[in-house]
Amino acid sequence: MNWYDFLLRNRAEVLQRTAEHIGLVAAAMAIALIIGLPLGVALVGRRTLQRWVLGAANVVQTIPSLALFGFLIPVPWIGGVGASTAIVALALYALLPILRNTATGIEEVDAAVIESARGMGMTPQQVLWQVELPLASPVLLAGIRVATVLCIGVTTIAAAIGAGGLGVFIFRGVSMVNNQVILAGAIPAALLAILADAALGILQWKMAKR
Amino acid sequence: MTGAPQDGCALECRGVTYRLPSGATLLSRLNLKVAQGETLVLLGRSGSGKTTTLKLINRLLEPNEGEIFVSGRSTTDWDPIQLRRGIGYVIQDAGLFPHWSVERNVALVPRLERWPEDRIRGRVKEMLELVGLPPAEFAMRRPSELSGGQRQRVGVARALAADPPILLMDEPFGALDPVSRTELQREFRALASRLGKSIVFVTHDVREAIFLGSRIALLAEGRLIGEYAPDEFLRSTEPEARAFAASYHLEREEEKMR
Repeated sequence: MNWYDFLLRNRAEVLQRTAEHIGLVAAAMAIALIIGLPLGVALVGRRTLQRWVLGAANVVQTIPSLALFGFLIPVPWIGGVGASTAIVALALYALLPILRNTATGIEEVDAAVIESARGMGMTPQQVLWQVELPLASPVLLAGIRVATVLCIGVTTIAAAIGAGGLGVFIFRGVSMVNNQVILAGAIPAALLAILADAALGILQWKMAKR
Repeated sequence: MTGAPQDGCALECRGVTYRLPSGATLLSRLNLKVAQGETLVLLGRSGSGKTTTLKLINRLLEPNEGEIFVSGRSTTDWDPIQLRRGIGYVIQDAGLFPHWSVERNVALVPRLERWPEDRIRGRVKEMLELVGLPPAEFAMRRPSELSGGQRQRVGVARALAADPPILLMDEPFGALDPVSRTELQREFRALASRLGKSIVFVTHDVREAIFLGSRIALLAEGRLIGEYAPDEFLRSTEPEARAFAASYHLEREEEKMR
């Protein structure tokens, strides 16, 4: 029996694990965006704050993912074994590219454009929403793309703390010493990452063209 | 401090000083008046405080000392947003929004001021015709699809769209090739006398200053050196004015040689 026969025979569970996987990534990305976008905007032009916040996000990113899951398990409220711990850890991972690209994307907008926007009487809110964010959107989207692909990858490890997802097959296959089971998790996870990367890449390209 | 300035004066700077937080003085005790409908040229080298003066007028900066009166009211009494919407602002390279069409760029201030849509559309057309860009051809273009001169024309159209009584221009033609520059200067002079706006025009180009100005205010190192009528500027004995006059004569000589 080769791996795709196995995959077909077990398609119900593969689909369920894929759905779990996407659910984990979506929840983590939602949290990362809700925190990362406003915080990234707040970092614009604040040198010291930016250094500290990006530094902290950078430190989080250097922690090996399994270790980060481990660190979070004993934390009250968010901790414990299961999906919620995994989502928090994934969101922390996704934060750095989102923060960094939001702040630098806005800072890279042509100063003459901002000056004329302010000089013509746009309010700070109007400058942000009508000028800075649209012009920063390709860079911003690049950050979201990196974060999403990263999240899809790290989510496979979340199975180790009982969060489900496609990693379940991988860990099960490793303990059973069964390559077909490993591939049943690894191939859909890889496809997911490639698809997300391509889709966001196309979106980014369209934004840059506008 | 005495009260607001008399009628007939669109703009007045009174004892205006501006310092950077680091302590460097960019402008010191500047006194200037701009009469209704005149073009005052601020002439000076880089770093003489010309651009700072403009930014103080539309309150992108606030003076450390002194006051600036726009339409009889101190800029600190104005709501800065309302103040700026009543002052047209044109900068070098135009500062057009690259993600908006020409139409949308020109409509900026009328839209901010919530004019009815049909009035905006009419106004945009009128403005584009005024600056010599046929709307049918140019309205839907992006700034990236325009030449430097055309972009600058759109910048002028945008600044004039909400019909502000005052216009601030910061080296608007500085980045253009000589031919487009001369062309735009000619058209702009005709436009300025026709529209009767009060204009503060910043440049480091003496010829432009003499050609466009009703009066020339010479700045050096943040101080006002003197005010001149265009025809008397070249005869001034003041050293900084003579330095500019020399560069003017040199350019003329070079032109004759060609």
